[in-house]
Amino acid sequence: MTAATIFFAALFYAATVILVVGLAYKIVDYARTPAPLKIPTTPAPTTGGGVALRMLREVALFESLFKSNLWIWVFAILFHGALLLVLMRHLRYFTEPVWFWVGWVQPFGLYAGFAMVVGLLGLWGRRFVVERIRYISTPSDHLMLALLAGIGLSGLGMRFLLHTDIVAVKAFFLGLMRFDIQPLPSHPGLYIHLTLVALLMIVFPMSKLLHAPGVFFSPTRNQVDNPRQKRHLAPWAAELDTRN
Amino acid sequence: MAAPEFAVPELKEFRAIPALQPGVMAHSKPNVANEKINEAIGFPGELVENWQEKAIDKMGDLLSKYRSLKVYLDSCVHCGACTDKCHYFLGTGDPKNMPVARQDLLRNVYRRYFTPAGKLFPKLVGATDLTREVLDDWYKYFYQCSECRRCSVFCPYGIDTAEITMAGRAIMDSVGLGQKYANEILGKVIRIGNNLGLPGPALEDTLQGLEEDVKEETGLDVRFPVDVKGAEVLLITPSADFFAEPHIDSLIGYAKVFHAAGISWTLSSKASEAGNFGLFNGSYEMMRKVALRIREAALELGSKRIVVGECGHAWRVAYSYWNTLTGVGAGGDDPFARQLQSQLDLRYKQPMHICEFTWDLIQRDALKFDKDANDHRIVTFHDSCNVARASRMGDTPGGQFEIPRNIIRAVANKYFEMPHGSTHEQTFCCGGGGGVLTDELTEIRVKGALPRMDALNHVVQANGVNFMATICAICKAQFTKVLPYYKFNRGMVGGVHQLVSTAIRLGDK
Repeated sequence: MTAATIFFAALFYAATVILVVGLAYKIVDYARTPAPLKIPTTPAPTTGGGVALRMLREVALFESLFKSNLWIWVFAILFHGALLLVLMRHLRYFTEPVWFWVGWVQPFGLYAGFAMVVGLLGLWGRRFVVERIRYISTPSDHLMLALLAGIGLSGLGMRFLLHTDIVAVKAFFLGLMRFDIQPLPSHPGLYIHLTLVALLMIVFPMSKLLHAPGVFFSPTRNQVDNPRQKRHLAPWAAELDTRN
Repeated sequence: MAAPEFAVPELKEFRAIPALQPGVMAHSKPNVANEKINEAIGFPGELVENWQEKAIDKMGDLLSKYRSLKVYLDSCVHCGACTDKCHYFLGTGDPKNMPVARQDLLRNVYRRYFTPAGKLFPKLVGATDLTREVLDDWYKYFYQCSECRRCSVFCPYGIDTAEITMAGRAIMDSVGLGQKYANEILGKVIRIGNNLGLPGPALEDTLQGLEEDVKEETGLDVRFPVDVKGAEVLLITPSADFFAEPHIDSLIGYAKVFHAAGISWTLSSKASEAGNFGLFNGSYEMMRKVALRIREAALELGSKRIVVGECGHAWRVAYSYWNTLTGVGAGGDDPFARQLQSQLDLRYKQPMHICEFTWDLIQRDALKFDKDANDHRIVTFHDSCNVARASRMGDTPGGQFEIPRNIIRAVANKYFEMPHGSTHEQTFCCGGGGGVLTDELTEIRVKGALPRMDALNHVVQANGVNFMATICAICKAQFTKVLPYYKFNRGMVGGVHQLVSTAIRLGDK
C-alpha cells in the first residue's frame, strides 16, 4: 500500500462526506425555509403538472437561458450535456457488472469529453471577451472553470496520451465502496485528475455550484400560479392572523 | 426643486448594448426619510449607531424567512445572461445597474458573513465587509431598481433581483436609512387610507365634482358612490385616479362601465388606495398592514365582490398576495380567511381586475361601443411590469396580456403592437416603478425609460401611433413626466378605461 493510495482513499472518503453532508444540509435548509409569498414569474403554469414541466424544460433545456443569450446557452448546453454523458461513462468505474446502458454510453461519453472542454472554454472565453461579464467575474469564477477544464483535460490526457491502468483504478474505487482499499496505480495524470475531482466535490456545497439544487427551490420557477384559488400561508406569517 | 442637468439619450431604431461606464450613476440617490417619517411607521428615526451589526442581524432574519433570498444569493453563477436586460443599465451603462451586479452588492456581504468560503477567503469569492461605502452603494443602486422582474424572466435559475432589492431596502429601513418618498406615503396610507393623504370629505367632494362633469358630458347621472353599504362591488383603485391626469379619465371609464352594466358599486373612504408601497421596501408586515384596510372596508360594507382599478403593483399585491395577507380570495380554510370569504360571492374571481370585469361584460354583450369615437387615436399598449410578470388575469396563463388588448380592440379601430422583445413578459418598465417615482430621481427615471421610448418611437414612426394605453397609475404618472424629455406629447399616455370611456354607449342600448 503506497502513501499515495492511502492519501487518495482518505481524500475521497472526506470529499464524499463533505459533498453528501454539505448538499444534504443545504437542501434541507432550502426546503425548510418558508416562501411566504406567491412569486412565480408569470405567465406561469396553473397546475402542479405544469410546474413540473416548466422545471423539466428549465433543467433539461435551459429554457430561460435560451430566451436570454444564445451564445451562453450553446456553451452551457454543450458543457452540461457533455458532463452528464461523461459522468454516465464513468459509472463503469463504480459498478460490477457494468450496467447495460452504461455500456451503450461509452462511445458517446468519449466524444463528450471533448465537447465538455469546448463548452468550458467557450464559457471561459466570454469572461475575457465580453466586457460586462469580465466586470462581474470574480477569481473564484475563473478558478471554477479552471478546475472543471483541468478535470476534463487530465481525463482526456489519460485516454489519449498517457494511459493508466484503468482496471486497477476500477478496483481502487470498488474497494473504496466496500471499505477494502486496493492499490491505486502510480500515474501523475491520474493523481491530478483525482485531486481536482475531489476538490470539486469539496467545494460543491459551499460555492455557486449550489445552482444545481438551487434551481429546484427557486420560487419564481417552482410555484403554481393559483393565489386566488388557494390561500398560501407560511407558518411565521400565519401567526400574524391570530394577533388581530 | 430643479432636477440636475443631464443629457437625454437619443432614440434609435437599433441600439447596441452600451459600453460600461463605471460610476456614471453613482450620484443618483433618493432623499433620506427624516426621523418623523421613519418613526411614524415604526422604523428607527435615523441611522442607528450599531447599524452594521443590526443590518447583519436583519439579513439573517430575512434569510430565515424568505427562501427566495437564500436560494438566490447562493445560486448565481455569474453567467451574464441578465447583464443586458435591465432598462436602467441599457439607459445608463452603469455596470452596477446590471442585475447581477446589483445583486452582488448584497450577495458579497452575504458571502462575507454567512458562508464559509466568504469568511475564509473573501477576496477569492468577492466577499466584502459591510462598510459605509457598501451601505451607500446599497442606498444608491437599490433605488435604481424598479423591481420590474424583467431579469427574472431571463435568469436560468429564475433569480429575481426584485427579491434582492426588497431585502436590501428592508435592511436599510431596519437600521434607520429609509427613503423619504416611499416611507412618507406609507405613513399616509396607514394613517389616512390613501397615498395622497386625502381625507374622506375631500374624496367625496372630488367624486361629486366628477359626477357633475360626467353629467355635463353625457347628460346622464353616472354615479361615483362612496361607502355605500350593501353595494355589490367594492372598487379599490389607486388614489391617483381621483386627482391626476390622465388617471381620472379611467376612473370615469370604470364608473361608466358599472353604470352601463347596472351593477351597484362603491368606493371606500377607509380603503381609498389600491397601491401598496409595502411591496417596494420588502416589508411583509407593512404590506399586510396596508392591505388589511381593504379587508376591513369589505367587511364593514358587506361587499360581495372586490374589483381593482388600473394599477400595476397594486394588482400584483391584490392578485398574488391579498389572499395570503388579508383573505381576499378563495380556498382559505382558517377562521381569519373564512370570515371574509363566506361573505364574498365566490362565483366570481376574488379579487377581480377591472379589465377582467369589463372584458367579461363585453363577452356577454352587456356593453355597447361606438368604436369610431376613438378614431382620432392610433393606439399601442404598454404592458406594465407587475401585471405582466407577477400576476395574471382570466383563466389561462397570459390572460394578463390578452384581456387588456381584447378590450382595446373592442373599443378602438386602430391598434398596433410595439416591437417583439418589448411587450408581454419581456416588457420594459416605464422607468418609474418600484418606489422611484420621485423628483430627485428624475435622471434615472428618464434614462430608464429609454428602451420603452425606443419601442414607442418605432410604432410612432411606422404606424403614426399617438396613444399609449396602459393599466398602471405609476406608468401613467411616469410617462406623463418623461415623454416630453423624448420630444413626445405628454398626453400620449392614458388608461385602457379611458378608451372605454370614450367609446362606451350609455343609456341607449
